[in-house]
Amino acid sequence: MKNFFATGWGIVTVGLVIGVLAPFLQYWGNPGNMGICVACFERDVSGALGMHRAAVVQYLRPEIMGFVLGALGAALFTRDFRPRAGSAPIVRFVLGVFAMIGALVFLGCPWRALLRLAGGDLNAIFGIAGLVVGIWLGTLFFKSGYNLGRAQKTYTSVGLLLPLIMAGLLLLLLLNPQAEGADKSGVLFYSLKGPGAMHAPLAASLLVGLLVGFIAQRSRFCTVGAFRDLILFRQTHLLKGLFALFAAALLVNLVLGQTKVGIEGQPVAHTLYFWNFAGMVLAGLAFALAGGCPGRQLFMAGEGDGDAAVFVVGMIVGAAFAHNFGLASSPKGLGPNGALAVVIGMLVCLFIGFTMRKKA
Amino acid sequence: MSQTVDARGLSCPQPVLDTLAAIAAAGSGRIVVIVDTEASKENVARAAQGRGWNVDSVEESGGEYTLNLSKE
Repeated sequence: MKNFFATGWGIVTVGLVIGVLAPFLQYWGNPGNMGICVACFERDVSGALGMHRAAVVQYLRPEIMGFVLGALGAALFTRDFRPRAGSAPIVRFVLGVFAMIGALVFLGCPWRALLRLAGGDLNAIFGIAGLVVGIWLGTLFFKSGYNLGRAQKTYTSVGLLLPLIMAGLLLLLLLNPQAEGADKSGVLFYSLKGPGAMHAPLAASLLVGLLVGFIAQRSRFCTVGAFRDLILFRQTHLLKGLFALFAAALLVNLVLGQTKVGIEGQPVAHTLYFWNFAGMVLAGLAFALAGGCPGRQLFMAGEGDGDAAVFVVGMIVGAAFAHNFGLASSPKGLGPNGALAVVIGMLVCLFIGFTMRKKA
Repeated sequence: MSQTVDARGLSCPQPVLDTLAAIAAAGSGRIVVIVDTEASKENVARAAQGRGWNVDSVEESGGEYTLNLSKE
């Protein structure tokens, strides 16, 4: 069976679907220019589980579970489920931690950077520029022999662990729904105000997550791979999907009246040009060194990649550090230790990039 | 004489990098690439075709794909 989604039109279709659905998720209740944000949503998951206690960002986002389970469904359905693990898991964990910290200094993952721009938030231009520079740095390491080594085939159950964890989280969410005005239900924390209190109906979030997970797994949609392949191979395949996402989101935002062009007063954003840029340089480099954007890591985790699963866990733990240590930005600006965290993160990524090279 | 690129277990973008390095070194002739994910299979085929190489055949066995690439 030929995989339509692996064709040029396939990746464009996937970009269009995501670009249409994300603004609708915002329309249905998700935060501004945050119809989908993998980093923000994993951060909210971290908060819902009490790993950090930032009261405004606590919600077990069903989109995240949907992404992984949708990808699992696609992989099983098309016999593309490949349980594999063992390619430098601790490195992937650390890259996940700092990718999240960088993303939270900017306030968004690469997906949200595009959605922010598509909603008229011009601060995102600095974030996207930073992302591209970070990915470019990553390609320099790839060119000089950076390689995290081979994964091994492994037990099916290894590949199923993260999907099972996601299924378990989904069950927790269904068993512990938010009571009106309560910030805790069973073991789960909820937000009463702020972005964590803004969300589309559970069914909408979950269904969109499952659909996006399914088609993104088939197409290998990846926002980091898009720029990486352009820089490294002069290939524009994945980039077509990214442009399709942006174009669709731009249009749908206009239709839904969600466009607000400017710098000041943008939803869940700050106006510090340099740190919007620098945060995403760190995130872009960490994503590139780990082999894919945060969405792609979720989809790969769904198709059995245990190393991508470790990266995902790293991001969720990184979100906890980001809020517990005052590293994450807010609309008011940088967290008290955000700048230092970016510097440390860059040093860690450079250490990884320089020291994990195979001599030709 | 064909050259073999064993890209099994390697994550993005390594299989494509290794394939393109082999293509650059060979110039023309035959190259065999072994990968173990469908994504890598698609990526390697796309990259090779982008450099003017033919994908003569793709054999699947035990979850691994062997791509036979050639250029006159």
